[in-house]
Amino acid sequence: MNLPLPLQFVNLLAAALLLIAFALLSQRRIVGLITLFAWQGLALTLSTTLVALYTRQPHLLTSAALTLLLKVIVLPWIFFRLVRRLDMERDVEPVINIPTTMLIGIVLVIFAFNLAQPISALAGTVTRSTLGIAMAVVLISFLTMITRRQAIAQVIGFLAMENGLFFAATSATYGMPLVVELGIALDVLVGVFVLVIFFFQIRETFESLDLRHLERLKER
Amino acid sequence: MESGIALQLGQTLLAVLAAPLLLGWVNACRAWLANRRAPSLLLPYRNLRRLFHKDVVLAPHASALFRVAPYVIFAAMVLAAGIVPTLINDLPFSPAADAIALVGLFAVARVFQALAAMDVGTSFGTLGARREMLVAFLAEPALLMVFFTGSLIAKSTALPTIVEVFAHQQFAIYPSLAFAAVAFWMVSTAENARIPVDNPTTHLELTMIHEAMILEYSGRHLALIEWAVALKLFTYSTLGIALFLPWGIAPVGDWMGLPLVLVALTLKLLAGGFALALLETLNAKLRLFRVPEFLGTAFLLAVLGMLVHFLLERP
Repeated sequence: MNLPLPLQFVNLLAAALLLIAFALLSQRRIVGLITLFAWQGLALTLSTTLVALYTRQPHLLTSAALTLLLKVIVLPWIFFRLVRRLDMERDVEPVINIPTTMLIGIVLVIFAFNLAQPISALAGTVTRSTLGIAMAVVLISFLTMITRRQAIAQVIGFLAMENGLFFAATSATYGMPLVVELGIALDVLVGVFVLVIFFFQIRETFESLDLRHLERLKER
Repeated sequence: MESGIALQLGQTLLAVLAAPLLLGWVNACRAWLANRRAPSLLLPYRNLRRLFHKDVVLAPHASALFRVAPYVIFAAMVLAAGIVPTLINDLPFSPAADAIALVGLFAVARVFQALAAMDVGTSFGTLGARREMLVAFLAEPALLMVFFTGSLIAKSTALPTIVEVFAHQQFAIYPSLAFAAVAFWMVSTAENARIPVDNPTTHLELTMIHEAMILEYSGRHLALIEWAVALKLFTYSTLGIALFLPWGIAPVGDWMGLPLVLVALTLKLLAGGFALALLETLNAKLRLFRVPEFLGTAFLLAVLGMLVHFLLERP
């Protein structure tokens, strides 16, 4: 371990990302999910800024600022308002119980670490060792989506997955071109707006945001 | 060599004498955080003195085990306090036990506590003993995993070597230790019977874990057990400091640094005690059946720390 100090901090923040991904997986409350998501965005912003400063990639600074604006401030604010408007500050029981989910999460981490090893051996960036963590965050967020029935929890899982992908891009190739990242940021924002409109529609129809109601195709 | 032994005795004595003070500090912080007037910091000492002056009342069918257990528990905790590097690293006593044997030492105390609780045959004692064993068998593997994460980095299970690697070699950030630290906090709340696993100040028998086991004790036996509880908290705090904040523990044979080391230790313990009180105030006690989930999470976090070590920190 003879990495320079900024990169050691990037590694620490990568570990924090994974830790928060696990916290998201074990969180029962919607409000807790939103707060954790905001923290994850902050860790992502810090690590991107550090990589940008260390490798002198100015466009990464822009995407770090975008992350801060979008994922730490705007989206959590929208979600908090939504939770208050829809009045759903209750516990949600996940589909599988939490200890089992966490065990599956560990298996996913081992899988992701092994999967990333040959890829990170090929990558030429200084942050390549964090690629495994990025993939683990993607898979765990996906698991978070699968194990929730609440619409908002699923959307937060989706956004956490996007965090993981963003981190993977930073660690493997110092981020995508700025145009692509601007496009993704806009997509995420528009996507959330569309989903919020969906939430209201779903709630109007079924008087709940539990997605089990959508599994039935016919009305009785 | 003789000076080493003197220092070893001094460190153990310091732990034994200062342990109730740490407990008093945590209680005072909890009171402040709850907007109450804090009790005196010396209250635990006064409690111990009061208990030592009282007579022992024994149940008629209490066996010898019941009478021996407090001494065994106290002795195990004193031994543990002597082994953990607190002031100066690598004292003559440290090779006596590595991290794994230390976990075993805590287990010895716990087994005697549980056996003594079942010895008298009251229902609350048995209930407390069973609960304690439920919590303990989940907490122990997690604690071992935390130690293994440190051992993997230092390539040794001996505590002095781990401290040596963390404190006195080239500074490096170990992300795996972040996971281990969270897991260690969760385990130490379970092992020390603190919120969110157990409430040390409860008076309601149905929610008790640790308190239910010592309901039958009185007089000097109770004093020894209370002292051992304080000592366990102190040992766990110094253990956490040795693993995660070891800067300030003096290397072998550094005599001049001793006053500085004492100041550093005091500051770290004050901060750690406040952090413990803060976390206890912010959390509510868990339902007993949520405790396995809590400790399972601690275990998984420690395992995750090991995995992260293999991914990020392998040279």
